[in-house]
Amino acid sequence: MSFSTMKKIQSVTVSASTSAAMEFTSIPATFDDLLIKVSHRVSVNIGIAAVFLQYNSNASSYSYRRLLGDGNTAASATDTTSAVAIAQGGNATASTFGNLEIYIPNYAGSTNKTASADNGNETNGTTEYLSLYAHLWSNTAAITSVKLLLSSGSFVTHSTATLYGIKKP
Amino acid sequence: MPVTYEPIASTTLGDAASTVTFSSIPGTYTDLILVLSGSLTSGTSVWGLQYNSDTAGNYSWTSLRGDGSGATSARDNGSTRILCGWIGTSQVTEIVQIMNYSNATTNKTNISRNNSTVASTFVSANVGLWRSTVAINAITARTDSSTFASGSIFTIYGIKAA
Repeated sequence: MSFSTMKKIQSVTVSASTSAAMEFTSIPATFDDLLIKVSHRVSVNIGIAAVFLQYNSNASSYSYRRLLGDGNTAASATDTTSAVAIAQGGNATASTFGNLEIYIPNYAGSTNKTASADNGNETNGTTEYLSLYAHLWSNTAAITSVKLLLSSGSFVTHSTATLYGIKKP
Repeated sequence: MPVTYEPIASTTLGDAASTVTFSSIPGTYTDLILVLSGSLTSGTSVWGLQYNSDTAGNYSWTSLRGDGSGATSARDNGSTRILCGWIGTSQVTEIVQIMNYSNATTNKTNISRNNSTVASTFVSANVGLWRSTVAINAITARTDSSTFASGSIFTIYGIKAA
């Protein structure tokens, strides 16, 4: 990768209060690929919540396949939701945040949109979640907005998401 | 277009070494990426990271890994380093992403991808935690056994959210 081909487009930081979603809007079509780096923690006390990745305010036509490890066993699953990661809940060790990286190639093209996502939570607990997701939006529209939302709870203070554009030389 | 992904430091080993340390890392980036392209002088070993010269049991990690025939997951608390992968006498590529390394608010975490085809090692994804809210200003890569071979390359990149 040429060092001059990656540029921040937008950044979201949850500051004073919790937020149900982190969203990027009005994404320009001037790049080739998108990269999202997320530091996340959620407010739920049930332990974990699913993180969903949705485009253009469209909640349908998603699917995923994942490989998941919890520190004890490894498993694989597939489903027709927009899930892209598992976030840790409010009962986890204080000040620990999960790491998520999402790569979205050819986001402005006319093919269905795919993404790969690597996510890890490590809270010094007994069960942690580390996952690799293949994510598909069966829609040929160009992506102009991206939203990260949760199955329950909210993103807490200090959670961040940064959207980068990748331009091929 | 501004530079948002740039090399901070790089070391190519002239002699075998069991540790490689990058110090005086500036706090001016958002995230760090460490790339290791290298091998060991003998055998196989886990390799991992320590921050700011902390050698106590303040690290924990979880790993998802495959050995070519099956997948497993493992983890550890109270470790003296963050596991980042496995390495042997053939060349491997290892990529570690260290998020929000310079804040003084949150404990520090990373995710890593380990790409080894050496027998008795794994291809793996790993997540690590350093239970400290101190900004990271030094990173030490180390093997549990053997030594990194001469010619192994360690490079740290900084990513600016700017």
